[in-house]
Amino acid sequence: MTLKILPKKALPAWLDGLHANYRLVGPRAKQENFVFDVIQNAEDLRLDYNTTILPPKKVLLPQQETILQFDTSKDFHQVEPVFEDTPTVLFGVHTCDMHAINLMDQVFGQGYPDAHYQTRRQHTAIVTLECLNPCTEFCFCKSMETLSVPEGFDLHITDLGNVLAIEIGSGQGLTLLQHAKMVRDAGPKDYQHLQDVMSEKWPRFAYQLDFDITELPSLIALSYKTEVWDSLGDRCLGCGICNVVCPTCNCFDVIDEVDFDLQSGSRYRIWDSCQLDRFCSVAGGHDFRSSRANRLRHRFLHKFKYQPETYKIVGCVGCGRCAQECLVHISPVDVLNELYRRQVPFASIEQEVLV
Amino acid sequence: MKPILAEKMKLLSIYQPSTMLVSRVESVTELEKLITIELPEGGSFQHRPGQFVEVSLLGVGEAPISISSSPSRTTNSFELCVRRVGSVTNAIHALSPGDLIGIRGPFGNGFPMERFRGKDLLFAPGGLGLAPLRSLINEVIDDRGNFGRVVILYGARHPSELLFRDELETWKERDDVELHVTVDRPDEYWKGKVGVITTLFYDIQIHPRNTVAVTCGPPVMYRYVIMELLGKSVPEGNIWLSLERRMKCGVGKCGHCQMGSIYTCLDGPVFSYSQIKHLEEALS
Repeated sequence: MTLKILPKKALPAWLDGLHANYRLVGPRAKQENFVFDVIQNAEDLRLDYNTTILPPKKVLLPQQETILQFDTSKDFHQVEPVFEDTPTVLFGVHTCDMHAINLMDQVFGQGYPDAHYQTRRQHTAIVTLECLNPCTEFCFCKSMETLSVPEGFDLHITDLGNVLAIEIGSGQGLTLLQHAKMVRDAGPKDYQHLQDVMSEKWPRFAYQLDFDITELPSLIALSYKTEVWDSLGDRCLGCGICNVVCPTCNCFDVIDEVDFDLQSGSRYRIWDSCQLDRFCSVAGGHDFRSSRANRLRHRFLHKFKYQPETYKIVGCVGCGRCAQECLVHISPVDVLNELYRRQVPFASIEQEVLV
Repeated sequence: MKPILAEKMKLLSIYQPSTMLVSRVESVTELEKLITIELPEGGSFQHRPGQFVEVSLLGVGEAPISISSSPSRTTNSFELCVRRVGSVTNAIHALSPGDLIGIRGPFGNGFPMERFRGKDLLFAPGGLGLAPLRSLINEVIDDRGNFGRVVILYGARHPSELLFRDELETWKERDDVELHVTVDRPDEYWKGKVGVITTLFYDIQIHPRNTVAVTCGPPVMYRYVIMELLGKSVPEGNIWLSLERRMKCGVGKCGHCQMGSIYTCLDGPVFSYSQIKHLEEALS
């Protein structure tokens, strides 16, 4: 992989160049937090951000997105799908969120491909950023193996102090870099510098899970009937904030809206939450997941069992946003470790029997 | 941001309904109507019994509806038996012949006909559950020689809620179909059996290992029908059900119909009891 070096003082000019040619989206401050937003001025971009309130998925799967426009005023119904293809650069994405985007690419690409998502994705170049310190007390990326740079990025930046080391992941990335001045090839010293920074980074992050993630699908399967879910259900408020801030949650509702003429209008999709009451209700009012305990269990089952089995990617990237935002402090790390702790006695009994 | 229309890009959306023509609307009961939908010229629509379509009323919304007609009896049209319960189904009830309707699909797996051939078939629809099973029953009747006994146990709450009464008559008249009907609450004219659907099981004898049972009905019904079938030693893998979920997208993206690790819209809506018995969310 080609490594380039850009002096930090050349970053603003590069960003201005990108802003002139693309919709530039990156992390910026919002009160005491950070958000992904359109960057108008280079100084607004905050590569020192810890985490953002919402993950960058909102660029690829907006909270509300028109999918069809229709007009029924004529003898025939005119229905046109709507696709969004503004050339966009998503700048400064942490590696955990990049893993999440890779999973979303699978979800919307496999089976029946979703051209609405894919159009946005194809017109979005992604510049990822190596995390050198844990972003919050809630993140557990090291356990989820998302601490390292994944595939899927167009450029990947590591902060080396006075300079940025930039790995080129695609031809599109190379094009982005042409807007930067003072770029040079990395020399042996730069590689040494990068290696030092990466070696120093590793011990700063701690493993939070007491087990390896390859055990997750079986752990979740064995924990289907445990009372852990009931006690979590008692605590959970069913507010759905964990879904909203999750970089991999992709469930949506579909809603029609008519214009004032009552004949034309649009159909849009809007983020939905499996933790909300009535998410699984059917005609007649029956609800197949009416208890908060079952809804919470479903969320874990989906992320830690079904998605790893289907996509070979764990459905949680360890960003810690859900744990941070949860009003009753339900954290995936605590839940998974508790499930594991409860499984251990069974495992040892099994072993004894086998021996 | 300037959204662009698809025309420029020649992209296809999986969420775009095809416009079709409502050619016939019949009242079935006070609550249900049978809608016949005709394909545009040159359109093709091939479905298997047990599959569903997403029905679009532009401006109102979309709802998943199971196909009620048999593939053996239709070529350029299909039928939906629709109960009015929500905004979309009420809008469907307001349609007249000549109106346009949006259709996506067919979606879902449908019944595994290849596993039914040569077996005795026991159908146990309850209430509106006859709508999807009608597709299967007529498919079987039109290919009668390839199946063993055909037994239909149909339960409804009230005589006025019995669906497809003419068709029930034709089934009843056949020598090779055994039809038993019961209602929970009779009216003064009702001369048939009274009781919930499970009471029909007492009087029939089956050869359990050679029997495939298919049931569809309100959620509360499944548990009791399955108990009857297991009581008659029908193997768990031979008990088939069609499940109702509110599939918003029909293509495995929106998450609404997911039970455990199963997407009802992709992996179902037809399941064998052995496939879903371990899932609390399937039948509870």
